[in-house]
Amino acid sequence: MTRLKELVAAFWRTFTRPAAYLSLGTLTVGGFVAGVIFWGGFNTALELTNTETFCISCHEMRDNVYQELRSTIHFTNRSGVRATCPDCHVPHEWTDKIARKMQASKEVWGKIFGTINTREKFENKRLELAKHEWARLSANDSLECRNCHSEEYMDFSVQSPRAAVAHETYLATGDKTCIDCHKGIAHQLPNMAGVEGWN
Amino acid sequence: MKTKRHPTFVVLVAALVSGGLLAVTAAAQEATTGLRGLAPLYGNAEAPRIPATEETAKQRIRAYPEQPPTIPHKIDGYQLDKNGNQCLSCHARNRVSESGAPMLSVTHFMDRDGQFLATVSPRRYFCNQCHVVQTETEPLVGNTFVDIDTLLGNAAAQ
Repeated sequence: MTRLKELVAAFWRTFTRPAAYLSLGTLTVGGFVAGVIFWGGFNTALELTNTETFCISCHEMRDNVYQELRSTIHFTNRSGVRATCPDCHVPHEWTDKIARKMQASKEVWGKIFGTINTREKFENKRLELAKHEWARLSANDSLECRNCHSEEYMDFSVQSPRAAVAHETYLATGDKTCIDCHKGIAHQLPNMAGVEGWN
Repeated sequence: MKTKRHPTFVVLVAALVSGGLLAVTAAAQEATTGLRGLAPLYGNAEAPRIPATEETAKQRIRAYPEQPPTIPHKIDGYQLDKNGNQCLSCHARNRVSESGAPMLSVTHFMDRDGQFLATVSPRRYFCNQCHVVQTETEPLVGNTFVDIDTLLGNAAAQ
């Protein structure tokens, strides 16, 4: 304990003492350059983990959720515009993104200990994992859906009569948010027994 | 035990078998004019374009009272398995007030002994065993069905 105290005290002395040999210019310019390298490196690494290639580099994602996505309209459709994993699962705003990335450290834990490393384990955990995503999208008013599907620019008159009525009654009034009705839009559903709106 | 067969018997069996084969081959050649069109057996027919699915909010008139109503809207990507039934998320008894969809008929709650259950009977769970979407396309086979009203109308006219 005393050794630790001594170490901390020594560090603090060095840290607070003015530089004896380095010029102010070296310190400021050097600090700036180091900051640019660190910050740039940090963001590059962050963006690298924000790609679909990164997501499906793990077999848990590649063999389960990615395969399910492939047959849905968010992967292949008439206009060729598609959503990748982070488009829906990672917030686009920086602060929220960092918060989500910190949460994702739990997923690294799951990867290391093989929480969902087989299809069976994944199926057994699917409801819990889905509930996390439903809760997130309910809380942020389906923000990741709305990054592309803006309600403001949605023309109900060209929607199918069924969709138009539902959107006018529940979306436009703010009664419901996208995820309330569109669960399972991009992946298969877990066992829905007991989930609100399902029997 | 070894039995020796008469040569005439062997010839007879051979004739029967080859005759049967010829009949089967002829049937197979006729079948090529069925759903797969006139494409030769060793070739591929050009796939027809996928017709558009009917997408309305209107129910079609049933051809006869017991007919399972057709689905007037798209059901692409709707999940229907042991985990969930997306049809029921609108058509279930406790969902219709919110969705405005017609409730599935009470017969779906009956088990095979005619007893009414609290929820949809498992034997009636898989909707698209009976209910299907409609597309704008030529019927593949002809049909001379006449509905009862037309039939009665014709009888009265005569």
